[in-house]
Amino acid sequence: MTALLADLLSLPLFIGGVFLGISGAVGVIRLPDFYTRLHAAGVTDTLSAGMILTAMMIQAGFTLVTVKLLLILIFLWYTSPVASHALARAAVHTGVPLPPQTDDERGQGDASSSN
Amino acid sequence: MLYFLLLFSALGAFWLLLSGHWHNQLLLALGAASALLAAWVGVRMERRDTGAYSLGMLLRLPRYLAWLVAAIVRANIDVVNRIWYPDTHPIHPVAGRLPSSQGTDLGKTIYANSITLTPGTVAIEIGDDDVFVHALTREGFDELAAGEMDRRVTWAEGGRR
Repeated sequence: MTALLADLLSLPLFIGGVFLGISGAVGVIRLPDFYTRLHAAGVTDTLSAGMILTAMMIQAGFTLVTVKLLLILIFLWYTSPVASHALARAAVHTGVPLPPQTDDERGQGDASSSN
Repeated sequence: MLYFLLLFSALGAFWLLLSGHWHNQLLLALGAASALLAAWVGVRMERRDTGAYSLGMLLRLPRYLAWLVAAIVRANIDVVNRIWYPDTHPIHPVAGRLPSSQGTDLGKTIYANSITLTPGTVAIEIGDDDVFVHALTREGFDELAAGEMDRRVTWAEGGRR
């Protein structure tokens, strides 16, 4: 009974996570330039991985495996933005063209002026 | 000192949960010793100010993280819509500087990481009191510019709002 309940809860999460992973891949192919593709990859990094790992946790139940899956999720969510940030920063510094800057008073500076 | 204790307990819990050795006293002692050594080395190597770590922040962070997960889910739905329906949900990328109100390096890191973790926005450069952001859409940029995430990080960081 609990196994059935775990299956019923985890199956939609698996399907949703796989759908989001495919969406991220389609986005990486379909979107026009480097920065926008980075956003599409973010879908795979965050909610897709989160849903698949949550589904696995439901399947594993209250065991040490669940704790380890949770740790994987935490480390993934800590490190993937750092990698995205490093990639975007490297792209700006090597001159990949940025979209037009915003014209309100907040968007005055350019990318290379600080640090 | 608080930073050392936090690091030591986190490393100790990490060791215990990954190894699963709850009963062998020799292994427990060795695990505690290695966590102690790693925490000591970590504190010695830390060159940034660690005064930003506080117990209050640890209590406030879960509430911020719950809000962040909800924001991430919303942003994911938006980006997936823009991937599958480019005709009805067009993209128009923008980049620009946004003010950030965090007082510590830790708070700035949390804010910049939150921006990047949310699909549709990426933090590119972090200045003293601003952050350079690239966004997939004008709406995403404006939502960030409205400053709710900035206020919430500052609240979690120091209890101000």
